[in-house]
Amino acid sequence: MTLLGTLALWIAFLLGIWGAIAGFAGGHSGRADLQQSARHAVFAMCAVLLAAVISLEIALFHHDFNVEYVAAYTSRNLPTFYTWSALYAGQKGSLLFWATVLSIFGSLAQWLTAPRHRVYLPYVAAVTCLVATFFVSVTLFAANPFDRLPYTPVDGRGMNPQLQNPGMVFHPPMLYLGYISITIPFAFAMSALLLKKLDADWLVAIRKWTLLSWLFLSIGICLGMWWAYVELGWGGYWAWDPVENASLLPWLTMTAFLHSVMIQEKRGMLKKWNLGLIIGSWLLSIFGTFLTRSGVISSVHSFTQSPVGYFFLAFLAVAAAASFTLYGRRLPLLEAEAKLESMVSREASFLFNNLLFIGIAFSVLWGTLFPILSELVQGTKVTVGPPFFNQVNIPLGLALLALTGIGPLIAWRRASVPNLQRQFAVPAAAGSFTLLILLVAGMRDFYALVAIALGGFVTATVVQEFARGARARHRQYGEAYALALGRLIARNRRRYGGYIVHTGMVILFIAFAGMAFKTETEATLRPGESVSLRSPYGWTYTFTHLGVSQYQALNRLVTAATVEVARNGKKIGLLSTEKRQHVDATGRPTFEPSTAVGIRSDLREDLYTVLAGVVNGTEQAVYRFTINPLVWWVWYGGMIVALGGLIVMWPGGGSPAVKRTQAGYAVRLVETK
Amino acid sequence: MNAGAKFTIGAALIVGSVGWLMASGIKQTGQYFLTPSELSQKVAADPSFYDVGMKVGARVVPGSVTREVATQTLTFRIADGSASYPVTFHGLPPDTFTDSVEVVVEGRLQKDGLIHATNVLAKCGSRYEAVPKA
Repeated sequence: MTLLGTLALWIAFLLGIWGAIAGFAGGHSGRADLQQSARHAVFAMCAVLLAAVISLEIALFHHDFNVEYVAAYTSRNLPTFYTWSALYAGQKGSLLFWATVLSIFGSLAQWLTAPRHRVYLPYVAAVTCLVATFFVSVTLFAANPFDRLPYTPVDGRGMNPQLQNPGMVFHPPMLYLGYISITIPFAFAMSALLLKKLDADWLVAIRKWTLLSWLFLSIGICLGMWWAYVELGWGGYWAWDPVENASLLPWLTMTAFLHSVMIQEKRGMLKKWNLGLIIGSWLLSIFGTFLTRSGVISSVHSFTQSPVGYFFLAFLAVAAAASFTLYGRRLPLLEAEAKLESMVSREASFLFNNLLFIGIAFSVLWGTLFPILSELVQGTKVTVGPPFFNQVNIPLGLALLALTGIGPLIAWRRASVPNLQRQFAVPAAAGSFTLLILLVAGMRDFYALVAIALGGFVTATVVQEFARGARARHRQYGEAYALALGRLIARNRRRYGGYIVHTGMVILFIAFAGMAFKTETEATLRPGESVSLRSPYGWTYTFTHLGVSQYQALNRLVTAATVEVARNGKKIGLLSTEKRQHVDATGRPTFEPSTAVGIRSDLREDLYTVLAGVVNGTEQAVYRFTINPLVWWVWYGGMIVALGGLIVMWPGGGSPAVKRTQAGYAVRLVETK
Repeated sequence: MNAGAKFTIGAALIVGSVGWLMASGIKQTGQYFLTPSELSQKVAADPSFYDVGMKVGARVVPGSVTREVATQTLTFRIADGSASYPVTFHGLPPDTFTDSVEVVVEGRLQKDGLIHATNVLAKCGSRYEAVPKA
């Protein structure tokens, strides 16, 4: 199997090189045979890389521990589910996974692109081949998953217990799908630049792709937060870890692009900016992969001591230089067709929105790289942590939240005073009313107050938009309100799907604000003893330690401690938390003990318990109890964001040509006066 | 004043506040990240370096770890070959912390030469691979 796998990698490597040559030559000369050949190279590359993936999966399932990768990440008693996901549990496998998925996306782009956008495809094939070849060559020359060991271990080392979590099975591939799919819009951008076809046409060709990668990134980030929360046991879901930041960066620039592209479609402005965002997002996606796959910045995720980092650094440098040189040479062709007419306009609010997104992205990048930059400049490493990121990004994020409400309501070109009054009277009142209630209820945290009040404002704008749209349909077509609402969304998916995404973001912001009121305590308890913790809602929770039990499970020894929880003296249930010592098939311990968190969630708050340890030989247990307000809403908000994204992406609903002129937010009820 | 100029002012305001937030954020929250030998040099050169928040990255000295579960106190030594410091930490160390990993200790060096850690990060679990057992 390893022979077949390595052979497949070599064939993919050669096919990739050929695809790139044929694609560039075919695109340049216009020769149909070369163009066809490049297209076939993409398909063939996809087929051989799939063969390589299947070979690796077979080796994993057959427990062929002579293969170094199999021995390093699986063991005989690893559940099947995780044996399957071991494909991307390690560096080598995930590089193969990257190349394979890219070749699948590349093939889909070749296959599904509408006939009128076919002209871009030869160069698209060339760029996809080039990028995929880079990943294949890294596996071949620095990290071959098919490498064999000089001996065959009896059992593998098994997978790190922290990765044995359903969230970890779906989080990495989702994030990777997000990272990888950005290559397709990037390839189209390069193609448009090379062809000097820089009208809005290529933007139409990549619309679905940009949405797709945005959606995957969003889902991947949310799953990552969920995994960190339920698995790592430190009591939160976002730590501003370099790898978390790396996933956030392309998400920020892609989100900026999804907004600014509307200005180009509607008004022919921001052409340079949009191209820059696509190139930047792609570089950030490679950079994100690089951060995860090398150890440049000490981080809880980093893979250290491997030449892979240098490959990535070199590739990033060459790719950045090449794409920005090409971009620079085409700048004269990218002049705007219109000028900004008023500060009080949709365009201006989108521009500010973009500046904020880029500002946030820049500060996150800067903070992430600061240890390296400071070492280069000053000779000493200076690090910044969560306080820095929160201090910078909370105000910027809140400004962005305000624009989420303002942008969609303000007219294109120039908003009139009656327009502003008509649009903002109700939402502004809703926001002020929310603020008033919170103040009366006794909330005094400044940022939380602003976040929730803005949340009220933005929610009101969205409700107002849906209500007006549904009412208009009800009047015009006599549809019942529920039907009118359904059709409203179905007929104008980009606009109303976008509003649903905004609603999800509001929920996320409010949930983030809830963490300002987190409380925790640590306690060492004998059976029968208890500790109390006051929740931010004013209740008193009492945790009574019941006892410690030890037992064996599938691939681990479990030490479980249980507490009884009472709210204001009334029993509401039990919470268990475990220490797990994973063992291999022969019963020897593998890895360090890991902690399984006990969580009790409801809509208001989570009770989060961690067993820190048991005083040797006794049933005296050390706990940390945390009350995390509104955490459930993070997952709920994330699902709404994903749902909105799916609605925007859903196929059908008019041809793209029609859509372009009345795309999404472009259709305004107010403009008809 | 035309819209372009007004926008430029608005944009400059945003860019300016991002820059200001970042600069003040780094000034207020930036921490030195040192190795034990760099730390000893710093302290030798500048005696006021005690009690300053910083991070120290080093290896845990094997066999130096003592845990008191009841009081949740962890003490260990960290070293990088040429310098070594004792560390005390009150709280829950990460699962991946053992006496043979690389750690990042966040805390303050006291006058008595002891580092009072507020946070301990273990770097090894990072690779999500098992430590080869000797």
